Parts: sequence; C-alpha cells; structure tokens
Amino acid sequence: MTDSSSQIWENVPSPFCGIASDDLKIQVTGNEIKVLANGDAITVAGFEQPITDTLPRVGGKTVTLEEAVAAAAGYLRDARLPLFSGFGTDVNDTRAALSLADHCGGVMDKSRAEASLRNLLVLSDTGWVATTLGELKNRVEVLVVFGSDIEADFPRFYERLIWNKETLFGQDTAKREIIYIGRPPSGNASTAPDGRKALVLPCPMESYPEIAAALNAVARGVSLQVETIGGLAVTELRAVIDKLKTAKYSVVTWSAGHLNYPHAELTIQQLCQAIVAINQSGETRAAVLPLGGQDGHRTASQVFAWQTGYPGRISYARGYPEFDPYHYSMSKLLANGEADVLVWVATLNARQTPPVVAIPSIVIGRSGMVFEQEPSVYIPVGAPGIDHAGHMYRCDNVVSMPLKKLRDSGLPSGAEVLKEIEMTL
Amino acid sequence: MLTKLTGGKVYDPAHGINGEVRDIWIRDGRIVAAPGNEQASQEYDLNGKVVMAGAIDMHTHIGGGKVNIARSLLPEDHRGDPVERHGLMRAGCGHAAPSTLTTGYRYAEMGYTAGFEPAVLPINARQAHHEMADVPLMDVGGYVMLGSDDYFLRMLQAGKSQEEINNYVAWTIHSSQCIGVKVVNPGGISAFKFNQRSLDLDEQHVYYGVTPRKVLQTLARAVHELGVPHPLHVHGCNLGVPGNMETTLNTITGIEGLPMHLTHIQFHSYGTEGDRKFSSGAAQIAEAFNRNKNITMDVGQILFGATVTASGDSQRQFANAGHAHNGKWVVMDIECDAGCGVVPFKYKDKNFVNALQWAIGLEIFLLAEDPWRIFLTTDHPNGAPFTMYPHLIKLLTNKSFRNDMLATINPEAAALSTLGTLDREYSLYEIAIMTRAGAARLLGLKDRGHLGVGAGADITVYTEQEDKEAMFAKPDYVFKDGELVVKHGEVVKIVWGNVHTVKPEFDRGPVEKDLNEYFDKYLTMKLDNFIIRNEEIEMDGRSKIIVHPCGRV
Repeated sequence: MTDSSSQIWENVPSPFCGIASDDLKIQVTGNEIKVLANGDAITVAGFEQPITDTLPRVGGKTVTLEEAVAAAAGYLRDARLPLFSGFGTDVNDTRAALSLADHCGGVMDKSRAEASLRNLLVLSDTGWVATTLGELKNRVEVLVVFGSDIEADFPRFYERLIWNKETLFGQDTAKREIIYIGRPPSGNASTAPDGRKALVLPCPMESYPEIAAALNAVARGVSLQVETIGGLAVTELRAVIDKLKTAKYSVVTWSAGHLNYPHAELTIQQLCQAIVAINQSGETRAAVLPLGGQDGHRTASQVFAWQTGYPGRISYARGYPEFDPYHYSMSKLLANGEADVLVWVATLNARQTPPVVAIPSIVIGRSGMVFEQEPSVYIPVGAPGIDHAGHMYRCDNVVSMPLKKLRDSGLPSGAEVLKEIEMTL
Repeated sequence: MLTKLTGGKVYDPAHGINGEVRDIWIRDGRIVAAPGNEQASQEYDLNGKVVMAGAIDMHTHIGGGKVNIARSLLPEDHRGDPVERHGLMRAGCGHAAPSTLTTGYRYAEMGYTAGFEPAVLPINARQAHHEMADVPLMDVGGYVMLGSDDYFLRMLQAGKSQEEINNYVAWTIHSSQCIGVKVVNPGGISAFKFNQRSLDLDEQHVYYGVTPRKVLQTLARAVHELGVPHPLHVHGCNLGVPGNMETTLNTITGIEGLPMHLTHIQFHSYGTEGDRKFSSGAAQIAEAFNRNKNITMDVGQILFGATVTASGDSQRQFANAGHAHNGKWVVMDIECDAGCGVVPFKYKDKNFVNALQWAIGLEIFLLAEDPWRIFLTTDHPNGAPFTMYPHLIKLLTNKSFRNDMLATINPEAAALSTLGTLDREYSLYEIAIMTRAGAARLLGLKDRGHLGVGAGADITVYTEQEDKEAMFAKPDYVFKDGELVVKHGEVVKIVWGNVHTVKPEFDRGPVEKDLNEYFDKYLTMKLDNFIIRNEEIEMDGRSKIIVHPCGRV
C-alpha cells in the first residue's frame, strides 16, 4: 500500500544481507521505510530500523553537533592510545575514520576482526584459489559447506546463488549437490526445489581441525591408516573428495564467524590446501569461497588494506601503520588498560553497539542504538544506503555496490562527523 | 596567479624542443604564452635545470582488487618499508604493493604526475576507482579488461556483427569510466575456468570454440572503429612460456595492420635455444616492432629483488605459482567476467632465467628504434616496483654502468645475451619521449605530456647530473596543474588528480536491452548498479572526470 507522499525505489542494494542483493523494492514515507519486495529478516530489520535519536549527547545530556564534536576532539586530544573499533561502515566512513586514527595515533580494530582474521591469516600465509558469487551461481556442481550455517547470516544465499533457475552453461541447477560437514543447517534453504535435502556429515566442532586435515590428505592422495576421523568414516571423506574431483566445478565455503575456536585458521588452511591440490591435479577446477564481512565489515577491511597495506588490527601509534593480529585486538587493549579512549564507529547496523568499558567512549553510530552503558559522547548518524549515498563491498570482496540515498532524514553521515572531529583537532 | 619558470633547459619532444633554454609561463593551472608586460607573481630561476612535462606511467598496477589482494598477502613486505606520517603526508607503507597514499607521494616525488591502471575488470571497476581516488597528486585512468568475459565470448561464438560488438565495447568503456581497453591472455582466463590450462593463439576455447586470434582481431577492430585513441592494450597468450616469442610474432602479423599495443613485451619475448631451452627473442621481437608501425609496446622490465606479480591472467599465474616467493599465492575466478592471480616473486641476478629476463628487457629497449612507440615500464609491481624507474633510466642512458651490471649477473645468461654489444645510450630527449610525449600521444591526452601553450601545467624540474639515477630520483620541483607540489624531493602541497576517460559514441538502446536481461538472469547485480555514474567519482570533490575526444573512423 502506498500513499501519495510515499516514494518507491527499485533495484535497491542491501548493505545488510552479506551478498549485496540489489533487487529490493522499498517504500519511503517521510522517515519511515518499508521493504516491499525481496527482503529477508536481516535486510528488513536493517532498512526498517526507526530513527530514534537525532541529537548528539555528551555525558547523557543532549547537545548540539558542534558541542559533541568539540567534546570528542577533547577526549582524543588528551588520549595516549585511542582505540577505534566497530566497523560497520561504508567506504567514505572508513576513509574518514582512518584519517582521524592516523592523525591521533590510534589503533584500528573491528568488532568482527576475530572472525575475519581466520581467513586473512591463511591468505597471508599460503593464499588460496578462490571464487566469487557469480561464478558460484553459474558453475557450481558440488558445494561443500564446512562447519557453518550459511543461511543464518546470508539468508538469500541459496535462493539467489544455488537454486537459480538458469545458468550460463546450461546446468540443471536442481541437480546441484550440497554437502554439510559439521553442524547441520538451521533451516531448509539448502534443500533443492524437488525436496532433496543437503547431505549432512555431522561432527562436533572439536573435530573440525582433524577432519579438514584428513580432507586435505585425501585430496593429495595420501592413504590414511585409520577408519574414522572425528566421528566420520574415512570412506565418507573420500567420497566427498571424489565428488569434488568428478565435478567440473566445485566450491568449498565457510563463514569464518561460525568457526569460533582458537586457531580455526589452521582448519581453513587445510581446506584451502585441499582445493589447491585438486586444482594442481589438473583433473578439474575447484575453488574456495570464504564468506563473512557483514555489516560493512568487508568494506572496512578493503579500505584499511588500500590505505595502510593491512586489512585490520593496525596501530598508528608509532606514526606508521603496524599490523599485529594479536596485540591490536580491542578486547586485549581494553582488558590490559592500554587504550584510554574508545571510538566506536558503526554506521550501518544500530545493533552493533560498543562493549561496556571503563574508559571514555565516543560513539559515531547509526541512529537507533540502544546502549548498555551511556557513551561519553554519542553522535547519531545516518546509514549509508538509506540516509546518504555511499559504497559497500560484498562478502566476496570483488563487487562493490553503489548505495542510494532514500530519504532526507537530516542526519549527518559518519564521514562528515569524523572529518569535523579531525578538523577540530 | 601568473608563474614564470625562467631559463630552464627544456625537453619537450612534442614540439621538437631538445634541451633549449626557454621560459615557461603558467596561469590557472595551464601553460600560457608569454604575457607581454605583465609581471609574474611567482618566478622560479631554473638556470642550469632540466625541465620536462610531468612523467606519465602508462601501465602501472595502482588500484583494484588484485592490488589489494597483493597488499593483504604481503604484511612482511610492508614491515620492511613503513612510511611515517610526515608533514602533509599521511602514514602508509611502501615497496612492492604500497598503500594508495604512499603510491601517490612516491610517484610525485619522482616527477610523475599521471599513472594508468591497466587491468580494470568491468565488475571490479568501482574498486579500481575507489583506490585510484585515494592516490594523491596524480592523474589516473584505467583500461577496462575484455576478452575473457562470458558476454563477449558468447557474442563471438554467435557470430554477432562487428557493429554489435563495438556497441558492447563502448558500453563497457562508458560503464567502467575507462580510457582504453585491455585484453589479457585472450580467452585464456575464461578457458582456465573450464579447466583448459593453456590456450595458444590458434587454439579453440573448449566451450565457446573461439580462438585468441579471433578475440584479438575483433577487439582491436572495435577499439579502432570506435575511435578510441589508445589502441587495444594486449597482454598476449603464453606469458612467461619459453618459446612464446613465436606466439608474439604471430600476434603481430595476425592483427593485420590494426593498431595494437603489446604490453610488458619482455615477458613475451622468450626463445627456446641453448642447453636450458630458454633464450632471448629480443632481436626478433625488436625487428618485427621496427617493421610494423602499427605496433606500440611497453617493456615490463624486470629488476632484481623481491616483488609481487599481480595479474588478470589467472591461467598463467596458476601455472607459475610454483615459483612463488615464500610459497604463497592467490588465484581467483571472477564473476564470469575475468580472473586474477597474485604471485609474490623474487628476481635474482644469479638465477639464469631471471638474469636473462633482465637482459632481454634491456635488449628490447636498445634495439627498438622508435622511442615514440616504446614505453618505459616495469609493469609495476610485476617486474619491479615503480620506485626503481630512476635505476632503469640509468641502465638505459649509461652504457658503462649497464655493462658493469651485466658483469655481475648469472654468467651463463650474460654470455647468451647480446646486451654487452649494444652501444646505444638513450638521450634525455628520448627519455622524455618514452615517459611523457609518447605516452600522452598513445593515450590521446592532448593537454598532457608536453609543455606547449594550453597544456595542463604538469611540470618536472631536475638538476642535470651525470648520475641519471640520482637525477631522476629526486627532482627539484614538481608542478601539478600549476601548483607546486614537490620541492627538493619533499611534498609541499596535496592536490587530487583527474580521472582520464573516453566516451566513444555508440547506440545504447539495443545493447542495454539485451544486457539488462543478461544481468538479471545470470549475474549477481543489476545492470543499473553496475554502471559507474559520474557523481560516484566526483561526489566528494576531489577527483574530476576528463573526457578525451574519440575520432570515429
């Protein structure tokens, strides 16, 4: 239902769903947004998040933007080691945050860094053979999902990329094989249109490392001396590798956030090396698809990388960017008392709120945030893709989407606020 | 404001000026005629200095997905070259895959005022522009990659007319905001996705049944007929394969006289002679180049040291991954559009193959007769980081230095090379052609690369020195659009450059109708969101799009 004061937008990209679906139909009435078509739980919540605060607060008291900027600059001027985290941002918000952190010698971390490091450590240690959503959609015959519940984070993954009706190369997509290793899927998105369920090889998370290692060994033609590994029969693992080898194009995917245990990067590395081996055999092609990077996390990683050389966990404290995946973690710097101001930048997801801290906190956050602890300075801002134009990167890193301005909320952008703070310094 | 550069020794090959003492006047960012009685508000005494237009790097990987993968792949390389925040300059990192900010500062410090990213994947073009927008002090532009994209190969397979293909090529140039078209391993990136591990010039792609020769001819014709000034930019088949010289010679004859630019030709000039079945094809390649005036080329010189190779050529990069320095590498299949491969590399002077590659590049430079058709590149960072250009200039301008270096490389390679017998030394005038006037002419940049009235005032001033490496490493002054941005090797002002593009005329209706359906059915984004609008680039007030004219044939 629309009324005369409403505006309808077509082909709107979602900065929320992780795969940047850009077929949304959205209705805007004043500041109210309704997703009319092609929404999913995450996207609808992201777009329909109501504007609550429009005015900044300092110490819980409503102030003007100028006063809030001055207060934020004051904290940063006094800080010895400001810690920036959140991210949650589009390209311009990230650029402005990097510029400010560079200016005041801060550390840059991200709230999803722990998950993305599991992938990045593999990338910088051995690399991989990877693919993108468009190749997946048109080529994949066998998809192996390792230890991850894809549809929980990427609700439209199967609908848009696996059960698409047509492909460029005449494949019958209904015949695609989906294999889950580890946790089973939480829903039925992976079930084929004809009702065929995904094959699940269930095993506990503790077994993931050895199962990944066994898959790599089998892919390399090593003969294993045991019959079961991590609760799975070696014959089952061999059958998985055989399927990958007989398919013309197969993909192994995971969502690093779901591989939530110490040194999960070693598991990921085994999976990547298994795929390298299959490609090196010359028999066929295969690739990995590391998923993740929701809420603008991937966007922030990209901008971090091109402006500093490193995709995350950077300190400017010595005047140049230093990368340390261990020391520059937000939780460590908060726990050991090194950081003395927290700057939380999260302009996409109002639910991405900062942790409770014992130091002053400055939040440049999407309007609608509800805090467990009132920040020292809170400046509510608009969301890229809703309140102003912007750019985001999709989970496969390759595609970036233009984000549209859908309404005139009058909220400043995160980038504008961050620039103001830097100018005040 | 009127600025006068007084009494410098000017090298301006576009106007045939070879080291003559001239004054140059600048107003509002442009070079102007001597204004009669009016006094300059700022004057620089350039007595004894050498004046050239700002240098143009016509092939340098400065932005886009594969460059950012290279950055993420190489934390240890960044650690070796940390760049502190200093003066007006932001912090960053340098060496092989520098941060965008450091890229701009270091180019400017060497007197470069423009750089062109040669491998812009259509689907990743927005990222290339994002990164290039964060390169300060430089004009930028990109060549959009076609030739392994499903849509184009499908058109060829279906026997679509040249006119229809031209429309698609023009649409892609517009949508990606580029200034030229590049093809990388024609059809081969796509073939790799179908498990075809090599694709020679006349070999058929297993799925589409088309050959690289056909891809090259069709794209070269499209670019030519659309009147795009820069000829089709070709990274040929069989990069790095011993014996690929034959493929390259066949590529030259196969293009049937159409304009064609062969990039990083060094990597495509290998013979199979000798005990090791690896030899120099430089003489044959240079001979073909000298004879075929439709051919231009850049060298892609390798220089010794560690670097990273970042290429769209997933097929060849996968094949070469065994040579990866530190044993890590990335290969990607991308969106039924293209691919990429990023392989760290260390070129060693005592290694036979690397030493011969070094000699082959230099042989080509010295045997190619026309400096207007050959360009000075290392294919940054693939042959070496761009920061080694001054060293390369010294190798080209100083025979005794070159021979000293030759004496230190792998002796077997040195013995097989004719380099020691080549007496040529490039003159400053020829260097100015290769790095300025010729590059601007090749790309159709009418107001860059020269010092005539009306040119954008991108100007570099050097102190003439016997040691050309020292001379070209640290100019005295660099002006970008008339603003003094570098003084004695220090950045003194930050400005943001222009984005150079072409927008050839074409018939949008039919191509977009078909593409709309294609995007909706098969790709993962809407056509509407694929197209990069002007405001996306110009939105924040830093970059400005410049559209160069196309002369429709």
